[in-house]
Amino acid sequence: MSDPRMNRHKTRREQGDTTVRSGASTGRGGVSVALGNFFTHHAQAFIATLGQLSRRPFATFMTVAVIGIALAMPAGLYVLLNNAQRMIGNWEGASQISLFLKTGINESRAQQLVEQLHRRPEIAATDYISPDNALDEFRRLSGFGEALGALDENPLPAVLVVRLKKDVTDPVQIERLLEDLRKRSEVDIAQLDMQWVKRLYALMAMVQRGVLVLASLLGLAVLLVVGNTIRLAIQSRRDEIVITKLIGATDAFIRRPFLYSGAWYGIGGGLLALILVQLSLYILQQPVHNLALLYNSSFALYGLDLRTSTILLGGGGLLGLLGSWLAVGRHLKDIEPN
Amino acid sequence: MIRFTNVSKRYEGGYEALNDVSFHLTPGEIAFVTGHSGAGKSTLLKLIALLERPTNGQVIVNGQNLAKLGRGAIPYHRRNIGVIFQDHRLLFDRTVFDNVALPLIIAGYGPAETAKRVRAALDKVGLLSKEKAYPITLSGGEQQRVGIARAVVNRPALLLADEPTGNLDPEMSWEVMKIFREFNEVGVTVLIASHNIDLIGRMQSRVLRLDHGRYIGEIAATRSFV
Repeated sequence: MSDPRMNRHKTRREQGDTTVRSGASTGRGGVSVALGNFFTHHAQAFIATLGQLSRRPFATFMTVAVIGIALAMPAGLYVLLNNAQRMIGNWEGASQISLFLKTGINESRAQQLVEQLHRRPEIAATDYISPDNALDEFRRLSGFGEALGALDENPLPAVLVVRLKKDVTDPVQIERLLEDLRKRSEVDIAQLDMQWVKRLYALMAMVQRGVLVLASLLGLAVLLVVGNTIRLAIQSRRDEIVITKLIGATDAFIRRPFLYSGAWYGIGGGLLALILVQLSLYILQQPVHNLALLYNSSFALYGLDLRTSTILLGGGGLLGLLGSWLAVGRHLKDIEPN
Repeated sequence: MIRFTNVSKRYEGGYEALNDVSFHLTPGEIAFVTGHSGAGKSTLLKLIALLERPTNGQVIVNGQNLAKLGRGAIPYHRRNIGVIFQDHRLLFDRTVFDNVALPLIIAGYGPAETAKRVRAALDKVGLLSKEKAYPITLSGGEQQRVGIARAVVNRPALLLADEPTGNLDPEMSWEVMKIFREFNEVGVTVLIASHNIDLIGRMQSRVLRLDHGRYIGEIAATRSFV
């Protein structure tokens, strides 16, 4: 056997060990080997922690389930909100005013009115719906077709649907226009249709804020759950930590597996949240479809898109990492060999 | 290799574990530290491995003044030292192989190099056949030899052993001592804390004596106890 001290020095240089702080980083080979070691270490910890977690499947699942449920709630609400926005999205943009014309106003009078209205700068377009068309549409959509057949005459008025230009959003301006239209002799009722959509938007903005607050709170809960789990893991592996410190492990080496465990918990929780949300949507799909049919709509629920899924998984992982980082920072320093 | 200059260690509460200790150990030496229990043997080893810091005085190991090593440098300092404990300090949830491989994994060796060195170290302590066994299935002497394999696998220039034969019968103890001597013969500096007077006598090497934390000189190797 050759002199072990000589061997040690030789292999040191070969390994690019960071121990030799001044020497190791001088050669390019040293740096690349040290970098290689760095990635090897991380890859090892990444896989090893997954193995460790899978050896305690029940305990791991409990933690992952808590995180998953906590993440699924804001994610699910977000998806529902998204669907709601999509549902009313068709009406987004310009407001429209429905002018119900007085009975006895014939089509040529109505067309004259249309031409007059077109001169106003706020108005983008006008559609004339004759009483016959209105009746047809009503028969088609309402489901009262046969009952309508019993009527002697068409009870519906002619309607002018006035679409405002997109940049006309000032409520005062719209109100003034509405007043003008109401004063016209042909008009029975002038009704601003978009008021309720705007209220709905305001409501949804509020719900959106609520989801954000909920997500923050539950994110904090995930942080605490992971932190506590990692704290327990640190305590149960106290001996191992002491021994590895005794034989020259750096703080980073000891920290690493705990950080990765935390990240795995978070990613696992994110994945579970994804499954829970998709499952819930699947369960809702049929009732929503039935409801949409009643409204003669082809609306179908949209699930999590790729972007949201990525955010859910990545966010879960980050929360897990952060939670374990907090726990490790607090508890690892206390463990020193003596 | 190791130089203590007027080293004192006082613990909180006033207990003085070491008092004004000075000695020098040259590279390639093998020596014992002896004394009654509580004489300061363990403290002396702890100061070398930086498990403790001295209250006064200077400790130089391998040319490095330990007072100048900050917290971040301690792990790298410990990698140069193989430490063997009376209670072995093995990890019972992993195999003999994995226990011995730990220092190499910490130092960042690749799997092939690690396997090669672990087997060489296990071969050296005569436990190559037990690499897949768990420590709990081994005898006390075998566990201690696993501990030694782990201490030498990184090929440190300095071996410290704290009562390595404390729990072993005389025959096992002598086997362990022979292993230490083999390492010493290839150039490793070895410092062993022990109160086993009989064993120390048989080894015929330098003996540093401590009494109530004071260094009270050496016993020449030839003036054996036998």
